[in-house]
Amino acid sequence: MTTMVLIASLLTGCFVLVLLARDDRRAFRMATPIVFGLLALWLWQVVCVGYEVPLILLPPPSRIGMAVATHLPTLAADFRQTFVRAVIPGWLIGSISGLLAAIALDASPFLRRGVLPLGSLVSAMPIVGIAPIMVMWFGFDWQSKAAVVVVMTFFPMLVNAAAGLAQAGAMEGDLMRTYAAGYMQTLLKLRLPFALPFVFNALKLNATLALIGAIVAEFFGTPIVGMGFRISTEAARLNLDVVWAEIVMAALAGTISFALLALLERVVTFWHPSYR
Amino acid sequence: MRERLPLLCVLTIVLIVWFAAAVPMNWDQARGFADDDANWSTIALATLSLDRPLLPTPIQVASEMIRSMFDYPITSPRSLIFHAGVTAWSAMIGFIIAMFAGIALAIGIVHIRTLDRALMPWLIASQAIPVLAIAPMVVVVLGHAGLTGVVPKALIAGWLSFFPISTGMVKGLRSSDVMQRDLMRTYHATSAQVFAKLRWPASVAFLFPAMKVAAPLALVGAIVAELPTGAQAGLGARLLAGSYYGQTLQIWAALLMAAFLAMLAVALVDVSQVLLVRARGGRL
Repeated sequence: MTTMVLIASLLTGCFVLVLLARDDRRAFRMATPIVFGLLALWLWQVVCVGYEVPLILLPPPSRIGMAVATHLPTLAADFRQTFVRAVIPGWLIGSISGLLAAIALDASPFLRRGVLPLGSLVSAMPIVGIAPIMVMWFGFDWQSKAAVVVVMTFFPMLVNAAAGLAQAGAMEGDLMRTYAAGYMQTLLKLRLPFALPFVFNALKLNATLALIGAIVAEFFGTPIVGMGFRISTEAARLNLDVVWAEIVMAALAGTISFALLALLERVVTFWHPSYR
Repeated sequence: MRERLPLLCVLTIVLIVWFAAAVPMNWDQARGFADDDANWSTIALATLSLDRPLLPTPIQVASEMIRSMFDYPITSPRSLIFHAGVTAWSAMIGFIIAMFAGIALAIGIVHIRTLDRALMPWLIASQAIPVLAIAPMVVVVLGHAGLTGVVPKALIAGWLSFFPISTGMVKGLRSSDVMQRDLMRTYHATSAQVFAKLRWPASVAFLFPAMKVAAPLALVGAIVAELPTGAQAGLGARLLAGSYYGQTLQIWAALLMAAFLAMLAVALVDVSQVLLVRARGGRL
């Protein structure tokens, strides 16, 4: 019975997807991935319920949805602890100081050549590993998680912003000089705007990194609240629906912040060739 | 040498600041151990050689690394090389899985329109999701299913490095010039021939940067996958154990080892790129 339903929905789903993908209109292009997502959810549900997959292996989407609804207060508290207290301040501090450091570096070619290779080296390293050190320095609460996030987001921003500040061409620089523009004016009116796409790239990259940093740092010790804490303890107690609910929250937080940043980028850098 | 001078200067400054910071960071602990009548210079000197300092000095970290690398046989669980090997092994297996899966998916996406339209948006969106959060669950669930050791770790490492490889490869397989593709069509080439003679060779220029991003990610995945079980072996286990027992030197040594492995992985990708360029006669 289940197998029949499975095969039937698989065939119908693929048929619909093929039909949808043939059309080039905007609505169809949007609908295809959505239909695919719904199909995947439906197949997951059918497999879990139909073959009676044990809940400790893989709960069906319906159970996960129910877990989100019933554990909403816990999820909200975890979200506040991890996202509002650790991710956002850490992301802001790390990104802003990375940007300021890039501007400072830009004034001195000597420092640039000294620090930038180091920066790109560090941003390719498993920085989450500093989490136990930060927990030791700043305690169990959100401060240590924010510190991990600061370190994780600093270097990508430094490297990207430095590349962005080097974007403005010699012609534009010469033009600014004929206007008798000072350093600050050139920076504010020419070089920072040119660097903006790079800065936004780093901001978007950092949004994901910040979430990962805060969650993983909580695996090393935390008060009894927080997304990473909930994920690791409930996984150990095999309450997988709660774990999945927490993962849904994390995924939503990640995609929504990413989307908001992409929107902001569009508004701020509307003049850039890639949007015209 | 001229080129290296700024880098050397910055590194020296970092080391000096590190040493200088160790004194105030460890001051309270050192004064606690010192005699009551100890003057400040003895305490300052003591801050540099504590057993469990808040901030170990570079020399302490280096000597701890050398000690834990060479004082024990490689098979001993006290040897840092043993733990680094465990982590590197699962990261490498995961990376290889990700290479095959990512390239296969990219080939599918480039050739099958339905896959492109249905999957590509999800691949891009998945970059905004903190995938690492699923690591504890995967490890615990697979552990219950009887799969322990290298399999769950390799799966998480592979899962993490899969996305950059597949997106990079999709870009690469599409990077060939329209003119060249038209030329292939005038030759009446089949799509398999276009793939083998044009798309695949052109994609390599995109594959290597993707691999450089993916290799450290595989390492991060393997390290984090070692946390939830309180694993007995691996750099992640060293970090966790060091954090439980306040063994700062052990944490710093494991961290440096992880950084070293990441550099090694990127260097290996670089070397294979150079070899490939040479084999192709100077072009990528």
